[in-house]
Amino acid sequence: MTLALAGARYRYAGTPRDVLDGVDLEVEPGRVVGLVGANESGKSTVCLVASGLAPASIGGRLEGSVTMDGVETRSLKPHELAQRCGVLFQNPTTQLSGTAVTVFEELAFGPRNLGLEIGEVVARVEWALETLGIGALAPKDPVRLSGGQAQLVALASVLALRPAYLVLDEPTSQLDPQGTRLVGEALTRLAGETNTGILIAEHKTELLAAMAQRVVVLDAGRVTESGPAAEVLGDVRLSELGVEPPATVRLRRALSEAGVSVEPGVWAVLATAESRGSSAGLQEPGLQETRMQVVSSGPPGVSDRPGAGGGRA
Amino acid sequence: MLRPPQGTYHALNPTTKLVIAFAEAAVAFGVRGWTGPIVVLLVLTLTAFAAGVARRMVPFALATIPLVISILLVNTLLYPGATDVIVRIGPLAPTGSGLTAALQATLRVVAFALSAAILGLTTPTDDLLSDLERRGLGRRGTFVIGSAIRMVPRMGERAGEITDSQRARGMDTQGSVLRRVRGIIPLAGPMIFGALTEVEEQSMALEARAFSAPAHRTVLRTLPDSGSQRAARWILFLGALAAIAAEIAGVLHLP
Repeated sequence: MTLALAGARYRYAGTPRDVLDGVDLEVEPGRVVGLVGANESGKSTVCLVASGLAPASIGGRLEGSVTMDGVETRSLKPHELAQRCGVLFQNPTTQLSGTAVTVFEELAFGPRNLGLEIGEVVARVEWALETLGIGALAPKDPVRLSGGQAQLVALASVLALRPAYLVLDEPTSQLDPQGTRLVGEALTRLAGETNTGILIAEHKTELLAAMAQRVVVLDAGRVTESGPAAEVLGDVRLSELGVEPPATVRLRRALSEAGVSVEPGVWAVLATAESRGSSAGLQEPGLQETRMQVVSSGPPGVSDRPGAGGGRA
Repeated sequence: MLRPPQGTYHALNPTTKLVIAFAEAAVAFGVRGWTGPIVVLLVLTLTAFAAGVARRMVPFALATIPLVISILLVNTLLYPGATDVIVRIGPLAPTGSGLTAALQATLRVVAFALSAAILGLTTPTDDLLSDLERRGLGRRGTFVIGSAIRMVPRMGERAGEITDSQRARGMDTQGSVLRRVRGIIPLAGPMIFGALTEVEEQSMALEARAFSAPAHRTVLRTLPDSGSQRAARWILFLGALAAIAAEIAGVLHLP
């Protein structure tokens, strides 16, 4: 029971070269897999391929295997894919139907397309609203929401189709720290409570450190590293691939280079604070203060101990 | 999810109001002479007062002024075959026949505009679309109409944002007509390209929400209807067609 890419190679229609070059990755139910990489590394293409939109909706040539619970995505029609795997893009406004006058009706758009009984449509909408904790938005006009609210509504709209997997292409890239935190918390809760498997492409490694169990690094359409989130996000080679490590990792390195020793418990506190702040990361005053305290209180001359906390507790 | 009705006319089924608007426009345009447009305008005026939207219809009537001016000028001065010149003003020779045709055409245009205005002012678009969808309008048709209508305010907002950003970079978009016209080009480019780049993502987002599913789409809201309204719709629809047919056949001899 996984969403799996095995040796996936993909080429967009009308282009001469493969954008993905034999990508392998797996998303298990209830697990969050982060996808990082520099711009143009192929993250968005992985999202399109994993969700089945490529090639089902946008054409192109796919080689290798992409399966959802053992079923090849190529054998599924777009509306069948939609019930197995939800997909969310960067811009919340382009994901709204543009026809609904309330958030409730916006969420009902997908279930209505499936021709479900009205009672089932309402039940799904209410479930999606409740799952993401946005019931208060139900009567509001979808085009009058803040960025974070709109992205949550877009996510809820996809959830209303009850997919087993979610593929998210930088869902917080246009959101402020508050909006990012809303989405991050909702996704973490979703994976834990509904056993939804989530693949999330993100530049904000703080967010991944807080929510992902595994992280896959992509470079020029190839998977260059894959493993537990703390391990991958703590890898010194990450920066060379155009990915900025989480703040705690950078802080630990800076302290280590300065020869400052820090008690292991401090890293746990930092990781907790970072997790609570998600994307806000070290931008948040509280965490900034914590960093200052650590830097000022640590005794110099003793090296940092690896594995004493890292990006993820 | 239903909105409470705000009066008898507002509470009519949206399709009934659509058929009324259709019948009014059809009679105004289909029945020649003065009778068709004048009768329709009288009905529209009474309806507007009854529905409490008379004052809000004024802008719709004013919006027809550019078209009305062109109708008056073209018909009065250039009516084909007319010889009953009213007065000669240099090279201009307005004719009585042309003026009559122009006034009748004006009444028709105003009647059409006001019939659409009453429909729009008394019927939420989503109610009309929901009702039409329930009656079999396909999901693509519903989506195209609904998204086009909902897009208007969004495009307006986007135009405002682009204009502000152009102004911030020194573009003068206020003042004389020429300056405003010059401001359209840097506004139109980002508007059109922005909309086009969003189309692909939006179409994928629709696919991801089962837009292409073959099932008959669930109707979320059923709006009140009645046997008398159904009968009235058929009577209005067939009556309008009959009036046009009689006019074409030359049976009607109305002023």
